[in-house]
Amino acid sequence: MSAKVNAALPLEYQTEQNRMNILGFWIFLGAEIVLFATLFGVYGVLSERHAGGPGQSDLFIVKDVLIQTFLLLTSSFTMGISIFEMRRSNKKGMLMWLVFTLLLGGGFLFMEIREFINYVHEGATMQTSAFLSSFFVLLGTHGLHVTIGIGWAILLIIQMLQRGLTPVTARKTFIFGLYWHFLDVVWIFIFTFVYLRGLVM
Amino acid sequence: MGIKWDEFFVTGDPLIFASQIGIALSLVGAIAGITYFKKWNYLWTEWLTTVDHKKIGIMYILLGVVMFFRGGVDGLMMKSQTAVPENEFLNAQHYNEVFTTHGVIMILFVAMPLLIGLMNFAVPLQIGARDVAFPQLNALSFWLTASAAALFNLSFIIGGSPDAGWTSYFPLAGKEFSPGIGNNFYAVALQIAGAGTLMTGINFIVTVLKMRTKGMTLMKMPMFTWTSFITSIIIVASFPIFTVALALMTFDRTFGAHFFTISGGGMDMLWANLFWLWGHPEVYIVVLPAFGMLSDIISTFARKTLFGYKSMVVSIVLISVLSMLVWVHHFFTMGNNAAVNSFFSITTMAIAIPTGVKVFNWLFTMRKGRIKFTTSMLWALAFVPNFVIGGVTGVMLAMAAADYQYHNTLFLVAHFHYVLIPGVVFPIFAGLYYWWPKMFGYMLNEKIGKWHFWLFVIGFNVTFMPMFFLGLDGAVRRAYTYSAETGFGPLMLLSAVGSIILAAGFAALVYNIYWSARHADRNIGNDPWDARTLEWATASPVQQYNFASLPEVTKLDAFWHMKKNNELQPLSEDEVEEIHLPSNTWIPIYMGAVFGISGFLLVFEWTIAAGIAALGIFVGLAFRSFDYDEGFHVHKDEISETERKWRKGGNKGVKNHVS
Repeated sequence: MSAKVNAALPLEYQTEQNRMNILGFWIFLGAEIVLFATLFGVYGVLSERHAGGPGQSDLFIVKDVLIQTFLLLTSSFTMGISIFEMRRSNKKGMLMWLVFTLLLGGGFLFMEIREFINYVHEGATMQTSAFLSSFFVLLGTHGLHVTIGIGWAILLIIQMLQRGLTPVTARKTFIFGLYWHFLDVVWIFIFTFVYLRGLVM
Repeated sequence: MGIKWDEFFVTGDPLIFASQIGIALSLVGAIAGITYFKKWNYLWTEWLTTVDHKKIGIMYILLGVVMFFRGGVDGLMMKSQTAVPENEFLNAQHYNEVFTTHGVIMILFVAMPLLIGLMNFAVPLQIGARDVAFPQLNALSFWLTASAAALFNLSFIIGGSPDAGWTSYFPLAGKEFSPGIGNNFYAVALQIAGAGTLMTGINFIVTVLKMRTKGMTLMKMPMFTWTSFITSIIIVASFPIFTVALALMTFDRTFGAHFFTISGGGMDMLWANLFWLWGHPEVYIVVLPAFGMLSDIISTFARKTLFGYKSMVVSIVLISVLSMLVWVHHFFTMGNNAAVNSFFSITTMAIAIPTGVKVFNWLFTMRKGRIKFTTSMLWALAFVPNFVIGGVTGVMLAMAAADYQYHNTLFLVAHFHYVLIPGVVFPIFAGLYYWWPKMFGYMLNEKIGKWHFWLFVIGFNVTFMPMFFLGLDGAVRRAYTYSAETGFGPLMLLSAVGSIILAAGFAALVYNIYWSARHADRNIGNDPWDARTLEWATASPVQQYNFASLPEVTKLDAFWHMKKNNELQPLSEDEVEEIHLPSNTWIPIYMGAVFGISGFLLVFEWTIAAGIAALGIFVGLAFRSFDYDEGFHVHKDEISETERKWRKGGNKGVKNHVS
C-alpha cells in the first residue's frame, strides 16, 4: 500500500502497488491464454464439421487476411515504440505512437468486420454449421478484445493528457501494452491455425 | 423480442406461490426495518461499499450461510419426495429442477463463498498484510458472486429453474430438449459468478506472492495460506475453461449456434469434456482450502507443529497438477476406448497417494499431542474417518471397468457427498468456530456447538450411508420416484430421517450464531485458542488496519514462537506510523447490479435490452479508470488509542475458554 518510490526503476515499476498491478495483469494474461486455448481447442474439434455449409477454402481470401495480419503486427510494433518513448519520458512521442497503434488496430477491426459481413452475405453465419460457430466465436472473441482495447487506450490517452507521465499513468499504459502484444500473439495463432491451415486443407 | 409476460412468473405450484409471497414480504420487511432503524447510511458506508478484506470475507460467509439454507431446503425436498415409494409430493419436472439447483447452489454458492470468505478473512492476516493486493477488485469479486447468486435464485419464482442437472449435459440442456429459459439462468448466472471467482484467484496469487511480511518465506507460510495460494492457481487455470463452455452454451441456446447441438455438426461430448475440464479442478478448488484450514486447526488444538510440513506442500502441488488430468473419469461409460479409460483410471487412483500422505500427516500431528476437544477440533477429528470413506469409495469408482456398475447410481451420490461434506463442510464449520472470535470478538457457544456437531455428523451418516447400499442395489440417481417392488423403501426412509437430523444440526448452528451474538462473553482477549499463526497476534475483532506495526517472522508458527520466547513487545508510541488504507468505493456494487440486470435480460433472451444494459458495465469500467482516489491515512493518535484499548493490562481478566 505504501507509496514508497524507487526512482532507480522505470516509471511504471516505481511503486509497490504498480509492481503488484503489473504482476496481477501477467496472471490475468495467463487466464486469457487458457481462455483462448480452450477456444482453439473447440475450433480444432469442430473445424471440419461443415454440415453441408461452406468450408474454409470457400470463404477465406488470402489477400484480406494478409492485410489484417500486417495491420495488427505493425500496431504491435508501434505499441513497442510508444513504450520505448515512455521510458525516455517523451510524452509527445509516446502519445503519437499510441495513436498510430489505435489507428492500425481500428484498420484491423474494419477489415475484420467487413470480412464477417461478407461471410454473412455468402450465407455463412454462426447458425450454419459447427465449423462456423466455432470460427465466429474464436475470431469474435479476439475482435472483441481489440475493440475493448481501443476504448481502453482512448481513456488512457485522455488521462495522460490530463495528468502527464506519472508512475500511475505510466503503469496503466505499460499494462495496456502487455494486453496489446498479447492480442497480437493470439492473432499469430489464428492466422496460422485458422487461415493458413484452412487454406491448405 | 417476443416477450411472453404470462410466463414471466412461475405459476400453478402452491409451494412456489407461497415462496413468492414469502420473498415479497421479507423484502418489504427488510427495507422497512432498515429504514425504520435508520441503518441505510451505516449499511452503505460500513458494508456495501467497503473494500476491507475482513468485511468482504464476512459478507461472503453470510452469503454462503443463506445459500446453504436454500440448497439445504432443496435437499430436504428431494429426501421427502423419495422417502416412500411412488410419492407424489413433487412431480418429475419439479424434482429435476430441485436436484439441479441443489447441486449448483451447494457447489458454487455455498462451498465457494464460504471458502473464499474464510480465505479473504484469514489469508492477509496470516501473512501479516494490511489487505489483499487489489482491495477494490476484491469487492468486485464479491458483488459479482452475490449478484450471480441472486440471479440464480430468482429462477424458481421468475421464469422457471434450470432442470438439466448441475452438469447440464447436452443434448438435454440444449434448446431442443429444454426449450424454456430455465437453463439460461444456469449459463448466465454461473458466468457472472465465474468472473468474480477468477478475479479472486488473481488477487490471492499476487497477495501471497507480494505481500508477505518480513521474514515469511514461502516455506514459513501457514498451511491455509499455502492451500489458498495453490487453489488460486487452479482457479486461474481452470475457470476460463468454464467461461468458454458457458459462453458456448449461451450461443447455442440463445443465438442458435451449433457447438453442442448435434444438428449442424455440433458435438455433445464436447460439453461433457469442457465441463469436467473445469469441473474436476473445481472439486480441488473447494477441497484444498478446506485441507489447509484443517491443518492449522489440528496443529493448534493438538498443540504441535504440523507434521510433515514439506510433504504437505508437495502433496498439494501434486494434487493440483493431477486435478487437471482426471476429468474423463466422470464419463467412463460415455464411449471412450479402453486405453483412454485406463489412463484416466490410473491418474485418478494416483490422487489417492498425495491425499493419503496428507491424512497420515494429520494423524501424526495429533500423535502424542495434548488434544483439546473444542468444537472446532471435533469437526477436524470427524473429518478424517468420514473423508476416508469418501476417498476409498472414490478409488472404487476410479476403476473404469467397475464404474460401469456404479455409474449414475446413488452409490456415486453417496461417494461425492462423503467427499464434499466431510471434506468441505466439516472444515468450513471448523473454520467458522475457529475464526469466529477473530471476526467478531466473541466465540460461538461451545455447548450449542457440540449439539450442532453431533446432530450434523450423525444426520450426515444416516442420510448418506444407506445410499451406498441403495446404489449397489441399483437405485439410480436423479429418479424422482421408485416402485415398492424395488425394495428401496426402508433404506430410502432411513436416509430421509437422517436428512431431518442433518437439518436439525444446521438449525443448531443458526441458533448458535444468534445466541452467541446476544449472550457470548466479549472479554476473550486476542488469542483465545492459544494459537500459532499471525492472525492471533492482533486484536479481536481485528482493527481496520490489521497490524499497527507489521510483524517480523523467523519461523513457521511464528506467533507461537513469539509467545514462547517472550518476543511480544508492547507497542511503543514512537514506533507508530500513519497507515495508508484504500477508500470505499461504490463501483463494485454498481457493477454487481449492472451485471445482474444485464444477465437477467439475457436470460430472457431480450438480447437488445441486455446489450444496452451491458453498456453500463463499460460505464463502470470507465469510472474506475478515471478514479485516482489515493485512499486515506489513519492518524497516529487513532492507532495509539486503538492499540491501547486491546493491549491494556496484558489481557487481564480474560477468561480462557479452552484451558
